Amino acid sequence: MAAHSGLRPTTAPVVVESLVRGFGPKGVLNGVDLTIEEGEFVALLGPSGCGKSTLLRALAGLDRAVSGSGRIVVPAERAVVFQDSRLLPWARVLDNTTLGQRGKAARDAGRTALREVGLEGREGAWPHELSGGEQQRAALARSLVRDPKLLLADEPFGALDALTRLKMHELLRKLHRAHQPSVLLVTHDVDEAIKLADRVVVLDHGRIAVEQVIDLDGDRDPSDPRFAAIRKELLATLGVGETTASDLRRESA
Amino acid sequence: MTAVITPPEVAPPEGKPVELTVDQRPLARKLGPGAPIRLSGLIGPLLLLGAWFLASWSGVLDPRILSEPWTVWSTARELIADGRLQDNLKVSAERATYGLALGVVVGLLLALVSGLSRFGEAVIDGPVQIKRAIPSLALIPLLVLWFGIGENMKIYTIALGAFVPIYLQTHSALRKIDLRYVELAQTVDLSRTDFLRRVVLPGALPGFLLGLRFAVTGAWISLVVVEQINATSGIGYMMELARTYGQTEIIVVGLVVYGLLGLLSDGAVRLIERRALRWQRTLG
Repeated sequence: MAAHSGLRPTTAPVVVESLVRGFGPKGVLNGVDLTIEEGEFVALLGPSGCGKSTLLRALAGLDRAVSGSGRIVVPAERAVVFQDSRLLPWARVLDNTTLGQRGKAARDAGRTALREVGLEGREGAWPHELSGGEQQRAALARSLVRDPKLLLADEPFGALDALTRLKMHELLRKLHRAHQPSVLLVTHDVDEAIKLADRVVVLDHGRIAVEQVIDLDGDRDPSDPRFAAIRKELLATLGVGETTASDLRRESA
Repeated sequence: MTAVITPPEVAPPEGKPVELTVDQRPLARKLGPGAPIRLSGLIGPLLLLGAWFLASWSGVLDPRILSEPWTVWSTARELIADGRLQDNLKVSAERATYGLALGVVVGLLLALVSGLSRFGEAVIDGPVQIKRAIPSLALIPLLVLWFGIGENMKIYTIALGAFVPIYLQTHSALRKIDLRYVELAQTVDLSRTDFLRRVVLPGALPGFLLGLRFAVTGAWISLVVVEQINATSGIGYMMELARTYGQTEIIVVGLVVYGLLGLLSDGAVRLIERRALRWQRTLG
C-alpha cells in the first residue's frame, strides 16, 4: 500500500491522491484523485473494465501484490459488501453477521442489525435457505455490525432482479440515513447512482472523467425532469447518448 | 410438491400443438437417485444372510467349508456366555480406537500444516505421498523390530494406515476453500485463530469426514492383520486359534464381529457427517 506520510491537512475521512494501479498503456488506474466527506454517499460509475472495482479494492486494502503508486487515507472502520453476498455456507445467518466479532455484545449487535435489514427471525437459518435479496440483506447486516465509518459496496445489487433491487435501494438509503457512514458505491446502473448518491463520479480509462453533485431531494423519482436531465448528461459522458439507462445496464452486464 | 414439466416423449409432426404433461414427482426423483428407502443399508446384508441360510439348509454348503448359520449362532452365544468374545472384543476395540485416534490427530495436524503453509507442504507432502505408496502392512516387519511385538507396535501400525486418508482428504479440501472467503476474512479483520476456526476448519470438514470414513475402514483392516501375528488376545487371535483347531464356526463369529464393527463405525461416521454438514444442499 502507498505511503501515508506528508498529506495535506484535511478533515475528510477518505482521501485518494494520484492513485496509479498497473503501469503503462494498460494501466488500470492512471492517477485518480478522490475525496469523500464524512457521511457522504459517492457513487462510482463507469463502463466495465474502467477500473471501478480496482479503486474500491484499493480502498478496501484488498489489492496486495500489484504495481502502483499514490496515496490513500481511509478510516480503520471499513466494511465491504461484495456483488455476491459472500456468506459462509457453513455458518448460520447470525454467525455470518457477527463474523470477526466476539462476545455477547457482538451477538446482540448482530440481532439488531438483522432486525434493521428486515431479517428478524432468520438468525438461525442457513445461507442457502435465503433468497438472493435476503442474502444481500444479511451481507449488509454483517457490515452494519462493524459500525463502519466507510462502507465500500462493489455492485452489491448487480445480481438481483429489478424489483428486489428497488427494495434494496430503499434499504440502503434508510441505513445510510440512520448510520451516516461515508459510502463508496460501485455500480454501472446510472439510475441507481442518481437515486442513492450525493455525488456521482464517472471513471473512464483509469481517470475521473466527470463529477456530478446530485442536489435532488425527496424520493428522487426517475420521472422527475431534473432526474432525467442528470441521467442524460451522465449517459452522454459514458458515451451512450440518447439510449436509456437500462440499455447501458444490459450492455455492461 | 414441485411440479416438473416433462418434454413429450415423441417428437410431434411439425406445426402440430404439443400437450405438456405435468410430472408430479419431485425433481430429485426424476434426475437424482430417488426418494430415500428406509433402512436401505440393511437390505443387501440381509439378502446375503438369506443365501447363506439356504445354501447350508439345502446341503449345498459343506459345514467343513463354512459352518451353518445356526451353529455359528450357538457358538457365538457360548463365546458370550463364557466371556471370551467380550474380552477379546474389548482388547480389539481398544487397539482400533487408540490407533485410529492417533492416526486422526497426526493426519489432521499434518494436513493443517501442509495446507496452510507452502513450507509445510514442501516438507510434509512428499513423505506422505511416499508413505501412501507403501502399504502399512509392508512396514510391519520394521515396526516389529522397532517397537517389539507388544501393543505399541499394533497401535502404530493402525495409526500409520489411518493417517494417510485423513491427511489426503483434509489437505485437498483445505486447498479447495474459495479465495473469496479468504478475501472476506481480510475485510472483517479475522484473526489467524478465528480464520482457522470459522473458515478453514468448517470449510475442510467435508474432506476430513470423508477421510475419516476411509480411515475407520482401514483401521479395522489393519487390526485384523496385526492380531493374527504375534497376538495373545483380540478377535484376530481368537480366530487364529480357531484355525489351528479347525473350528470354522468361531472363525465365522470373528468375521461377523469384524463386519458388524465395520458397519457400525461407518454408520457412526455417516451420522456425524449428516449432522455436521447440514448446511450443504445435496441430493442426499
